[in-house]
Amino acid sequence: MTFVDGSVRVAYERIAKWLADAPKDMLASRQRHAELMFRRIGITFNVYGDKDASERLIPFDIIPRIILRSEWGRLEAGLTQRVNAINRFLADIYHGQEIVKAGILPAGIVESNPYFNKHMIGQKVPHGVYVHIAGIDVVRVDEDDFYVLEDNVRTPSGVSYMLENREVMMRLTPDLFASHRVAPVENYPDALLAALRSVTPTDKHDPVIALLTPGPFNSAYYEHSFLADKLGIELVEGRDLIVEDDTVFMRTTEGPRRVDVLYRRIDDDFIDPEVFNPISMLGVPGLMRAYKAGNITIANAVGTGIADDKAIYTYMPEIIEFYLGEKPLLKNVPTWRCREPDALKYVLENLGDLVVKEVNGSGGYGMLVGPHATAAQIAEFRVKLTEDPSNFIAQPTLSLSTCPTFFESGIGPRHVDLRPFVLSGADGVRIVPGGLTRVALKEGSLVVNSSQGGGTKDTWIVDDNNSNGHHANGTRLQSQSQSQS
Amino acid sequence: MLARTADNLYWLSRYMERADFLARIVQATQRLASLPIDYSQPGQGTEWESALEASGAAEGFLETGAPVDEEHVVDYLTFSVENPASIRNCIEYARSNARSVRTALTSEMWEAINGAWFELKRFESVNIGRGQFDREELTRFLDFVKKTSLDFDGCAYRTMLRNDAYWFTRLGVYLERADNTARLLDVKYHVLLPESEVVGGSLDYFQWTAILRAVSAHTAYHWVYRQSIKPWLVADLLILKIEMPRSLIACYDNIVYFLDAIGRAYGIQGSSQRHARTVMERLQAASTREIFQSGLHEFITTFVEDNSRLSEAISTQYLVI
Repeated sequence: MTFVDGSVRVAYERIAKWLADAPKDMLASRQRHAELMFRRIGITFNVYGDKDASERLIPFDIIPRIILRSEWGRLEAGLTQRVNAINRFLADIYHGQEIVKAGILPAGIVESNPYFNKHMIGQKVPHGVYVHIAGIDVVRVDEDDFYVLEDNVRTPSGVSYMLENREVMMRLTPDLFASHRVAPVENYPDALLAALRSVTPTDKHDPVIALLTPGPFNSAYYEHSFLADKLGIELVEGRDLIVEDDTVFMRTTEGPRRVDVLYRRIDDDFIDPEVFNPISMLGVPGLMRAYKAGNITIANAVGTGIADDKAIYTYMPEIIEFYLGEKPLLKNVPTWRCREPDALKYVLENLGDLVVKEVNGSGGYGMLVGPHATAAQIAEFRVKLTEDPSNFIAQPTLSLSTCPTFFESGIGPRHVDLRPFVLSGADGVRIVPGGLTRVALKEGSLVVNSSQGGGTKDTWIVDDNNSNGHHANGTRLQSQSQSQS
Repeated sequence: MLARTADNLYWLSRYMERADFLARIVQATQRLASLPIDYSQPGQGTEWESALEASGAAEGFLETGAPVDEEHVVDYLTFSVENPASIRNCIEYARSNARSVRTALTSEMWEAINGAWFELKRFESVNIGRGQFDREELTRFLDFVKKTSLDFDGCAYRTMLRNDAYWFTRLGVYLERADNTARLLDVKYHVLLPESEVVGGSLDYFQWTAILRAVSAHTAYHWVYRQSIKPWLVADLLILKIEMPRSLIACYDNIVYFLDAIGRAYGIQGSSQRHARTVMERLQAASTREIFQSGLHEFITTFVEDNSRLSEAISTQYLVI
């Protein structure tokens, strides 16, 4: 939040003053209060493979992350562009594959991709929308630019934290809100409902929407129930749904009721045992039949995984240019595709400086952070890379921006990323001003995933010219990546 | 609403109601068991055996092979993980039902049940590894359980929309409550029979008051009858007095009402409504004299069977479709 010379960035001026003025134990007591509130409302997540702590709180930090409205405007335009391109890309990949014919994407990368879903070839989706909900992970590395780390276009989660973090902050620091004029995020459920309603497969009746969850043992179950509640739609499990005459029904106390739009939070592999994983107990036998018959909208569409695959990610700038004829507004992190021999050579020579990711890994698993890795870990990845290079990509370790973060021992800078949520309906793109800021709580750490000890912060989009006469557009902002010392 | 949601709500409130009843049974039994030895019920086994019978846990307890004494029975009814109907498991199941239907609960109800669960974990951690039976801690725990079900019930009453979700919640409460009251009467029926007054003399007074305490009706009795405690009046109060919230007839008054509400909202009546009305009519037509003449035990046994038949009818009509 500071310039290279140590002076405070415009966006953080009032926060810095608040922190300086705060009585010594106030932050600690508010932090404890926040934790109690989260515990009481039950906003927990389950950690796989951790039997004792199966319901855990994600650590919450009460110092907000602040982004100026002008910066947000640029980010918003870039996100809209990116998601529009992704939707065009998916339609093309499952129909004409013009992008492959044009020689922009190697054919092999599509056909051999585990997320290229053959059941979707030639399949129409209602209103041509594939990705209704996207969570695009971005980071700041310098004053002007946001880089996209990852496009999450299967079943992105975290939006409940965006909303609950705000509620808790409004109760804990009303004085800060009064002085900041923070753009509201509370209309997200309304925007999501509008987007889902817009993609109903039939206009013959008012659409019935349901949220399909794997159930209470899923790590994101809290979020599923939270969203269903806010949207006023039924939270269904696979066993609540039946398919008859290629139409989906839910079992209600009044008998079967038709469902038109299914906001599913179950992976493709598990949604229909007739077509995919035959032993899945989570899915709905016959769902794909109903989908193919055009009787149900599945959000996100089946087969979107190919668009957030890390191998495809490296082609996103070309994908945007190909479909939209525009220069990408958001940059990709420079990436070496290890499938290419030159890149592999470079990566193997510089393992200690790079972040190596499995193409299909998620949640921060299967990842090597070179500068923080032991010699043994580097050696292990060297073997993996040599054996199956196309399964990996590598990126430089970025100097991610930091944000002041509270600890019992004081306040210190920690690395943050941001996941804004992008909604696409038949009527266009909606983005609520904000997102989920994740923070790496370990000093120097770059891993922000909640399953790996990351925490969250509230994210504030604030007016530029509301801060003591400074105008952000007129001020050349300097690197945000420095510590606030 | 989803059939599964209705099922979860129905069982959630059954478990909460059952936890409350178990707490009351344990407390009433402690009182009886601390009386001088010759005050105990004649020829009917110990008070702790009765407690096991009344809470439907006798068979399961036998299998553990533990001696039927205060320490073991109390543990089985309160903190036991093995007993599927221990207080601990009731709260555990109630919360897991609540977690599955978060969207159907108001935030107040969720916080009540979730808060109770955390408190239960605290009690458990104190209880585990403490070699010795601690009556004071037990009292705190039982008071907490009673308070929890009041809290949950109050939250439901004050915050829920009056729609089918609420009606299924209430059905769970009253089905369970009717079952509990009937079981208690069934275990204690012999002390309520007129002839036992001759046999046991006034010593049975403590048995009668224990029954009343177990259903929190000790004070109510005096307000309703304005006379000293007579066994047939205890039976009258718990079976036929509609103003007594735990009487069988009051439970069925509510059950009929909430089933009718569901029937009206859905525009269709079914076997649940018919069955509930039949039971209610039988209760309305009954008198204490007749019940005693044709046999209190038989009357109660028939009622318990009818009540569980109603539960099955509700399940097949609405919950497991």
